[in-house]
Amino acid sequence: MRRSFVTPEGVDLQLELGAAGTRAAAFLLDALMILALLILMTLALAFLSAASKGEWIMILWLLGFFVLRNGWFALFEMGGRGATPGKRLMGLRVVARDGARLTGGAVIARNAMREIEVFLPLSFLAQQTAQGTADAFLVIFSLVWSGLFLFFPLFNRDRLRIGDLIAGTWVVRSSGGALGADLVHGVERPRRTFSEAALDLYGVYELQTLEDVLRGANDDAVATVARIIREKAGIDEWGEDREFLSDYYAALCARLESGLMVGRRRENKFERALTRR
Amino acid sequence: MSGPASAMVESRAVVVNASRFRAAHEADWERLEQLVTRMEKRSISALSDDDILALPLLYRTTLSSLAVARDTSLDRSLIVYLEQLSTRAYFQIYGVQTSVGRQLGHFFARGWPEAVRGLWRETLVCVFLTLASAVVAYLLVRSDPSWFFGIIPQELAGGRDPSASAEALRNTLYERHDDMLTTFATYLFTHNSQVAIFAFALGFAFAVPTVLLILYNGLMLGAFFAVFAAHGLAFNLGGWLAIHGTTELFAINIAGAAGIRIGMAIAFPGRDTRTESAVRAGRSAAVAMGGTVAMLALAGLLEGIGRQTVVDDFSRYAIGAAMLAGWLTYFYMPRKGRRPV
Repeated sequence: MRRSFVTPEGVDLQLELGAAGTRAAAFLLDALMILALLILMTLALAFLSAASKGEWIMILWLLGFFVLRNGWFALFEMGGRGATPGKRLMGLRVVARDGARLTGGAVIARNAMREIEVFLPLSFLAQQTAQGTADAFLVIFSLVWSGLFLFFPLFNRDRLRIGDLIAGTWVVRSSGGALGADLVHGVERPRRTFSEAALDLYGVYELQTLEDVLRGANDDAVATVARIIREKAGIDEWGEDREFLSDYYAALCARLESGLMVGRRRENKFERALTRR
Repeated sequence: MSGPASAMVESRAVVVNASRFRAAHEADWERLEQLVTRMEKRSISALSDDDILALPLLYRTTLSSLAVARDTSLDRSLIVYLEQLSTRAYFQIYGVQTSVGRQLGHFFARGWPEAVRGLWRETLVCVFLTLASAVVAYLLVRSDPSWFFGIIPQELAGGRDPSASAEALRNTLYERHDDMLTTFATYLFTHNSQVAIFAFALGFAFAVPTVLLILYNGLMLGAFFAVFAAHGLAFNLGGWLAIHGTTELFAINIAGAAGIRIGMAIAFPGRDTRTESAVRAGRSAAVAMGGTVAMLALAGLLEGIGRQTVVDDFSRYAIGAAMLAGWLTYFYMPRKGRRPV
């Protein structure tokens, strides 16, 4: 899902929102990390308390628990990367919806809401269960409450949690892919040329699909696409498939780009061809 | 169809815009990518002076490359790469915070007191609710002591109920626990901070749960006063409470005020859209609430350590009053050079 986002320089960056599944995975990763750290901390302090008697161990545990529960998300998101370790692993980051700097207030707001979204009903439920006083109604109520907040992002356009709503933030994908190789430049061998009719078959959408096929490593796909193009264009030479597609891609790309120069963009094969006949 | 559909030719090299474009600017994009990666891994201080000077230029070059590529090139991999790179660079340049030290400095010098001052109406409402519910609980318990058990849960009362003797009640106010003082202080701090966070977050439900929380807090206060007052210990309980209570209750009331601000902003957005109004209220209220954690840490120390070591009533009152005066000055004293609100 892409959202328009215009920089002060006037260019639309077309931010891609984090998908609900990715965000759930990021949260689970964070929750697991918090749990693991909590267990490690408890074990370490238990080990220390066996060695030395002192109340500072209990204090450390209380403070550690408090910081892990309330600080993990907020402190990481206030940092330069705007993401918890879980989000970073999933290629997400938190940004302000208005594009301004992500303020501490916004980060605190979005994470304080997590308390009532997740921790409150679950800890309440755990406490009542531990005391044996949780009845069916309470269990259902807690689950419905959590579920309501859990699925809230699915019921709005921008995949906002309640916390995002209050804080004016959203979670976007921030991945850094490498630049793919140039498919046209640097080919030494002689190129095929194609008739206008053969190049009028497709538009930009098909060109970019062809680009994906060429960048992929799937030889079956290359063979299939090459066969289809040959059939449609009525070409009966049978050279190497990948070279054929590369030549066709270069020729089609050059042709569609020359159309762009005069302001005619052929979006897909169903639109009118660039040549007039 | 006339003529062969394709033919091998020796001479004509195909050139597309993407190739020209890459040849002209790829070096800039790569340099920007290196800088941005370094900033993401470490921080802006990882860059040399030359790099910092070059950064905005490289960013603008890449951004204009993106704009041009979108209009003239059909190489999707190129456009996606430029989009991702521009986005990463944008957030490193426009979206990144200053250092933690400066953020904290600004928070305590300006951000927090300003946010709290902005909540003065809601804070007054919370203080009023606390006092009113305390008076109600006081009157109820004085008229019929059985009300006490309806307000205070058994385990919280810890024997301080209407059936307790004056001697026992007096002891709870002045007995000294020498062991586990700091643990107790820490526990109080984390517990109260959690309550403050809830008071803030629950405000989302049109402030109703937050108001209930504040009212209940007041009821407990009033009920305890009624029990102690029945034995003529109201003044002593006042001292016991005041030493940390001025800080703690103030903090809880600010957190409650923050919750009420959010609830009201959502319920009555006025001229703004509901989301705009929620965001504006949410951010400033969160700053106010975040600071109460520091207040509660102090209150925890006063309660856990200060109250156990200072047993004189007047000293307790004096400390409590001094804290309150300090907070009021800190929050509401007019500051020079304040931005117009």
